[in-house]
Amino acid sequence: MKKVLSRIYLAFIFILLYAPILVLIILSFNDSKTRAKWGGWTLKWYQQMLLNADIMAAFRNTLIIALLSALISTLLGLLAAIGLNRMKRKSTRTVIMSALNIPMLNAEIVTGISLMLVFIAFGQFLNHWGYTIAFGFGTVLIGHITFNLPYTVLSILPPLSKVNVSTYEAALDLGCSSRQAFFRIVFPDILPGILSGFLLAFTLSLDDFVITHFVKGPGFDTLSTKIYTEVRKGIKPEMYALSTLLFVSVLALLLIFGRSRNEHKAASEKPVA
Amino acid sequence: MSNKLIDLQHITKSFDGTMVLDDLCLYIRENEFLTLLGPSGCGKTTTLRILGGFEHPDSGRVIFDGADITDLSPNKRQLNTVFQKYALFSHMNIADNIAFGLKIRKKSKEYIDDKIKYALKLVNLEGFETRMPDSLSGGQQQRIAIARAIVNEPKVLLLDEPLGALDLKLRQDMQYELIRLKNELGITFIYVTHDQEEALTMSDTIVVMNQGYIQQIGTPEDIYNEPQNAFVADFIGDSNILPGIMIKDQLVEFMGARFACVDTGFGTNKPVDVVIRPEDLKLFALPEGAEKGSEAYQSCVSKAEALNPGYLTGVVSHLIFKGVHYEMEVQSGGFEWLVHSTRLFAVGTKVLMSVDPFNIQIMNKPESEDEQAVALEDM
Repeated sequence: MKKVLSRIYLAFIFILLYAPILVLIILSFNDSKTRAKWGGWTLKWYQQMLLNADIMAAFRNTLIIALLSALISTLLGLLAAIGLNRMKRKSTRTVIMSALNIPMLNAEIVTGISLMLVFIAFGQFLNHWGYTIAFGFGTVLIGHITFNLPYTVLSILPPLSKVNVSTYEAALDLGCSSRQAFFRIVFPDILPGILSGFLLAFTLSLDDFVITHFVKGPGFDTLSTKIYTEVRKGIKPEMYALSTLLFVSVLALLLIFGRSRNEHKAASEKPVA
Repeated sequence: MSNKLIDLQHITKSFDGTMVLDDLCLYIRENEFLTLLGPSGCGKTTTLRILGGFEHPDSGRVIFDGADITDLSPNKRQLNTVFQKYALFSHMNIADNIAFGLKIRKKSKEYIDDKIKYALKLVNLEGFETRMPDSLSGGQQQRIAIARAIVNEPKVLLLDEPLGALDLKLRQDMQYELIRLKNELGITFIYVTHDQEEALTMSDTIVVMNQGYIQQIGTPEDIYNEPQNAFVADFIGDSNILPGIMIKDQLVEFMGARFACVDTGFGTNKPVDVVIRPEDLKLFALPEGAEKGSEAYQSCVSKAEALNPGYLTGVVSHLIFKGVHYEMEVQSGGFEWLVHSTRLFAVGTKVLMSVDPFNIQIMNKPESEDEQAVALEDM
């Protein structure tokens, strides 16, 4: 009895969690302009979405920004993690680690507004020399790199700190330069961490709305901001299709991310050789 | 023996203001099995790391085969290290682990394959090429770590407590293995350990270190039989160390009795430290109820005096069976003597205790901590 109840409870929770998304997905296949009526299955909203140049531009922007910001923040995160890992003074390290945590805990809207203000202020500063900052691709990219960075550092640091220092020294001892030793010995060990950092950054960037909204400027859209503007004008079923697409791609990435993290965990739990 | 291969000149090193090595001078001959022995924190591992190039001395030079290698990075040195925790590359199989150094040096495939075979044969692990390090036992991993180092044909192999993580039986087997390897390869081994038995078993030369200073350099026999100060005597094996007074040459007084000894040149009435190994103390059981001056008592005394004019009386207070011998504690004049004997003396037995003059070791008392660092003349 207890078991049945707990199952029902669990099912109830999942229905609450996923019902809205399920409704959205079903409506994206609804062959009727209104939400109130079921007009049979169709793929026409997906078709229309694909033919809509604005949506496709937003889709391209989203992908490029997600890819670039994930790449750059992973690279910067790797360098930062190496530096942090080498830091001998524990107090300095603790300070920097907490400084890294704050942007993650900070409300997105605060991060968004402050980034916007920074860009404006910096733009005014540049104005003295006749330069301007145009809000758009560049500012969104910088914004995404900024909020991704703590996540990539925190993905790479744990596996890096577990790397046995003596394997690195053994590589030096056997004739490697320090760069060779890093790429041949340390890098393979932290690769899972780098990959999971990259995927996490990519996913976060893909579905970010709040920060993007503040730093994008007019005329530039990613999928999430596009959906938001379209929905304000009136809900079109294409938006259901677009939202479904966004949901499915994020879900897929999360699954990949979860798998790579599990493998990584399994690998790091092996007894140290 | 042959020439100096490595010469450490006035090496000083400190970490965060703590002095780890203070003006260390040491040379190592070609083809020698030299052990750096001492408690943790004595500077032995730092010395090895300076040799390997992983630490840079604050001052002093490292001379290798006549050339100054102090500023050379590890990959440019003709030395290879076997690390404490093996440090095998866990994502590579055994063959790739062993071939690592050779591949870096861009040797031909045939050469590398030959070397892998040879090295695996040398460490008795033929056929392990495709195994992964994780699937090997600790002892096997350690052999692979040694194989990985020796395929590069180093002139010197540095070993940093390589047997520390192994269990006792395996450790003893590996000690023989290492001696065999050393003889087959004909290269210099520099070995770091805190295990005095390991050091005594394997070394040609032992360097006893404490608190950044060399305490004594010598053969295992020298170190064991003629410790130069209380630290060495205490660290190498069990011993009884107590204060005494050197009355004159070949006569020392401790615990109120005067003993013949063989040491000379300490001066007269000079305070010294006396070291007696537990196995060198001889016990003579006093017959029960024998009064001082009785015949039975006197015959016991004469037996003791036959060994040494001096003797002590005491009572056995503890007894442990150790296999080959009994380990006993004898209370005498407020001092607990550690005695090893193949004969059993039950707890409570009154005994006379004496020692062959040859087995009394006299040492100068250190006047300060620093003076424990004996300035060592050439061996």
